Amino acid sequence: MNIEHESPYVYDLFGIPGFHINLSNVMMLTIAAVIVFIIGLISARTLSMRPTGMQNVFEMVIEFVRNMIGSTMDWKTGERFFGLGITIFLFILVANLLGIPFMLINDETHVLWWKSPTADPVVTMTLAVMVIVLSHFYGIKLRGAKEYGKNYFRPKKFLFPINILEEFTNTLTLGARLFGNLYAKEILLTLLATVGTTFPIGTALGIIPMVAWQGYSLFIGFIQAFIFLVLTMVYISHKVETDH
Amino acid sequence: MPSTFAFGDVLFSLFTFFILLLLLRRFAWGPIVKQMKKRENHISNEIETAENHRQEAEKYLEEQRVEMEKAREEAQSIIETSRKTAQEQSKEIIRESHEEANRMKDNALADITREREQAVEALRAQVGQLSVLIATKIIEKELDEEEQEKLIQEYVQESGGRL
Repeated sequence: MNIEHESPYVYDLFGIPGFHINLSNVMMLTIAAVIVFIIGLISARTLSMRPTGMQNVFEMVIEFVRNMIGSTMDWKTGERFFGLGITIFLFILVANLLGIPFMLINDETHVLWWKSPTADPVVTMTLAVMVIVLSHFYGIKLRGAKEYGKNYFRPKKFLFPINILEEFTNTLTLGARLFGNLYAKEILLTLLATVGTTFPIGTALGIIPMVAWQGYSLFIGFIQAFIFLVLTMVYISHKVETDH
Repeated sequence: MPSTFAFGDVLFSLFTFFILLLLLRRFAWGPIVKQMKKRENHISNEIETAENHRQEAEKYLEEQRVEMEKAREEAQSIIETSRKTAQEQSKEIIRESHEEANRMKDNALADITREREQAVEALRAQVGQLSVLIATKIIEKELDEEEQEKLIQEYVQESGGRL
């Protein structure tokens, strides 16, 4: 019984040394993006004054993200982050949910193909770093370098080291939280699936916790996408808001 | 945990994310948000229009009420006027008929008086003549005609005053 799966790496892509890529992540990220795009496309296909069906759902998501941004910063400042927010939320949500229904593993090589792309630390840390870099970028752009720099000495001067440290911990926790939750979800799903398939009696034993854990994973998927969105907006507002 | 750091994943994640961001803006939330804004405007316009209509309706109602009041007052005044006119007319008619009646009565009285005087006059003349005739026949020779006439006239005058 081996729950440690291999990842389908391609080493030294394009002949560049050290430029590795995980094909599983590539596939799953693409699938997640395509699903989000299709949902968006279907929602926006038949627009009407009186929204029905998917348009209604998407408008609810839009309202939700808008409220989320509105609760962390002034909407006039926050409007520009709306596209970022809704993409983060939908992309991470779909990526989280992708790993729940099943898992595709090559039996002979133990290569894991189908999983949540957000269960990979590289992907989550990339998103986290991107959010933090964007927050710094907009902080300088909207408030000027001087105000941005002053922000490190607030509320008291001696807090400067802690403020610097905070930037790194924010990044790390933002990425690691998402990864940790989703990785744990994947691990337990794999474990339950292995129990279910290894012993004949295991199927009966494993199916109940399996269903329960899948339900819980659904919950985790939503919660983590939500948390990522909220923290993104909180970190950005921390940088771009003039008074807090 | 993968032991290999896949830098390709980093690039691919960012690439996917930004492509998705652009596509969603272009095809999904862009048009939907536009639609929502349109709807918001539409609704606010509708509310404004409804408000305007309500105010107009209220204005009309007020005008109507004033018109009604005016019409009622007019009707009242018309009735009042016609009643007054009628009263005056009736009074006039009564007065005229009174006058007419009085005039007719006066005329009749005058007629009666005149007729009577005429009749008395005629009677008086006849009685005089008759008396002269009778007296002449009775005492033709005894009395001188002139003195007799005077005497008769006296008697006739007396009896005429009694008539």
